[in-house]
Amino acid sequence: MPHANALYGPLDPAPDAGYEDPPPRMGFFTDTSVCIGCKACEVACKEWNGVPESGLDLLGMSYDNTGALTANSWRHVAFVEQPRSAGWATPAFAGDPDGPAISPVTAAAGARTSTDTGTDPGLETGSPAAAARMSGGPEFLGMPGVQPPGRGSGAEGRTDFRWLMMSDVCKHCTHAACLDVCPTGSLFRTEFGTVVVQEDICNGCGYCISACPYGVIDQRKDDGRAWKCTLCYDRLGVGMTPACAQACPTESIQYGELDELRERAAARVAKLHERGVPEARLYGHDPNDGVGGDGAFFLLLDEPEVYGLPPDPIVTTRDLPAMWKRAGLAAMTMAVATAVAFLGRRR
Amino acid sequence: MTRGGEQLTVPPADFASYYGRPVLKPPVWKYDIAGYLFTGGLAAGGALIGAGAQLTGRPGLRMVGRWTALGGVAASTYLLVHDLGRPTRFHHMLRVAKVTSPMSVGTWILAAFGPLAGVAAVAELAPLLPQHGVLGLARRIAPPIGTVAGLAAAATAPALATYTGVLLADTAVPSWHDAYPSLPFVFAGSALAAASGVGLIAAPAAETAPLRRLALAAAAIELGGGHRLERQGLTSEPYTHGRSGRLVKAGRALLAVGVATALVSRRSRVLSAISGAALVASSVATRFGVFEAGRVSARDPKYTVVPQRERLAEKQSATRL
Repeated sequence: MPHANALYGPLDPAPDAGYEDPPPRMGFFTDTSVCIGCKACEVACKEWNGVPESGLDLLGMSYDNTGALTANSWRHVAFVEQPRSAGWATPAFAGDPDGPAISPVTAAAGARTSTDTGTDPGLETGSPAAAARMSGGPEFLGMPGVQPPGRGSGAEGRTDFRWLMMSDVCKHCTHAACLDVCPTGSLFRTEFGTVVVQEDICNGCGYCISACPYGVIDQRKDDGRAWKCTLCYDRLGVGMTPACAQACPTESIQYGELDELRERAAARVAKLHERGVPEARLYGHDPNDGVGGDGAFFLLLDEPEVYGLPPDPIVTTRDLPAMWKRAGLAAMTMAVATAVAFLGRRR
Repeated sequence: MTRGGEQLTVPPADFASYYGRPVLKPPVWKYDIAGYLFTGGLAAGGALIGAGAQLTGRPGLRMVGRWTALGGVAASTYLLVHDLGRPTRFHHMLRVAKVTSPMSVGTWILAAFGPLAGVAAVAELAPLLPQHGVLGLARRIAPPIGTVAGLAAAATAPALATYTGVLLADTAVPSWHDAYPSLPFVFAGSALAAASGVGLIAAPAAETAPLRRLALAAAAIELGGGHRLERQGLTSEPYTHGRSGRLVKAGRALLAVGVATALVSRRSRVLSAISGAALVASSVATRFGVFEAGRVSARDPKYTVVPQRERLAEKQSATRL
């Protein structure tokens, strides 16, 4: 008998997948307030997991030249420059001149730039119009300038600004649409509650790629299979920390038991609010959200979509019973229509 | 944004994004899959027509229906395997049966339908066999086997024609997911239209009366069940605008032309063929239009972010009340 919340709602995924007496659910808490954008996580992940090179072009949109999570980038450090205060007691660059770095036109051009990541769909180009008004502020700074802020514009043209950095990764959802729709059983739930692709089973049907509400999973062009973060399943099995968390120099990426991480994250948000960072909020921590909570969740300093995350993702299979009902109704209509058509007059 | 349950306008496109990049990965399915939506529907419609003709004593139409089913399902199998990243591993689909995966369900529907449709079609070759000997025996037992196989294929055909609606809807692709109440009906109607079209072109004129009624029913199912495609808010846009919108509109126009011509073409072989061609073309345009609309909606972050923002705003206002 499937669990009442088998498709939607709070659930402990490993026992639901059939594990008897599994270890605690493990996950990531990525605290973006201490991320310095060093990309050690991206590199460590590639090293440990043997992930292929993913293109070395400059994307022209920021210091982020990875662009997105792909089959060949299982960690992706997003980098956003915004014309607003960093939120701390002393505004950034107080007393120093700074000014607009680059025009919305350049940002729009950046949105049209892509690189061959060796994957499909890989790094899709974006909407230039959306890029041009990317941030929540009235003006967009675009790519960080090539010269010190304000040079040439003087103190009058000064604006405040801040940098947001965030290491994105597969969310290892409680209700993982990729796993639900996989027709070969290649994607499976581990005893740690994570979601892993079995590369010897995957036949590259691509269904998981359309099903993921976060745009994480992707297909390698040369071998045709789907690939994504395994939360270092091989390291977890022997009690080691995943490569990205191990390499993170600021403990922005924290690995551990999910329950404990959720407590730690709540305490961190409370502390940031206390210290005058009211925009700090958690993302993906809530077991009552549309995917039953993420195994990898985040502390963000702006709306999720600013980082390229969906603001309110819902696992598509929540509606699957309703979908099958509609299909059943349509099938019956079709059969009846045929019967009626043939029972009519002969000529 | 809502008043009296009606969406007033398309919401403003002012939303935040990460350098305008899409949130989702657009489907990696190639046009193989759009083609399969057509050929799979054609096969299902063909099997239903074959069975209807069989039960009402129309041997010419029965043969056309059965061959349409076999041709459609053979093309479908080729397209589905060809689309895989690893075609040589297609049989990995057969290692599990998962009701949460419409593709797995579809695999098993096809696995049942394909051989049945094949047997029914091949049984039509019986009259070509010699009267005597072992082959003569085959000639005598083929028709009853074909009858059973044809009816069994028709029994699975409605599932084959409609599960593809769930296949597309059970994704994060905004315009496909939001269309889940409509897609199975659009595809059911489109399947019947395509198969009726082939019948109008190929079957003996004296046996096509049911096809003219069926084409009318197909249009009613497709347009009646599918009219909500244009009324699902922002994610309707790809069904009405751009290349995908033009394809969907062309599909509807061709459907109207095909049905109208079918109804007046009773005495003209040429008009029947024209109406049949219009019906087949309508199905092709609809399938490619729906397929393309999904890809468009996944590529633009607007279709992901704006509806989710609205949903959040509604939730917040509901908790405040």
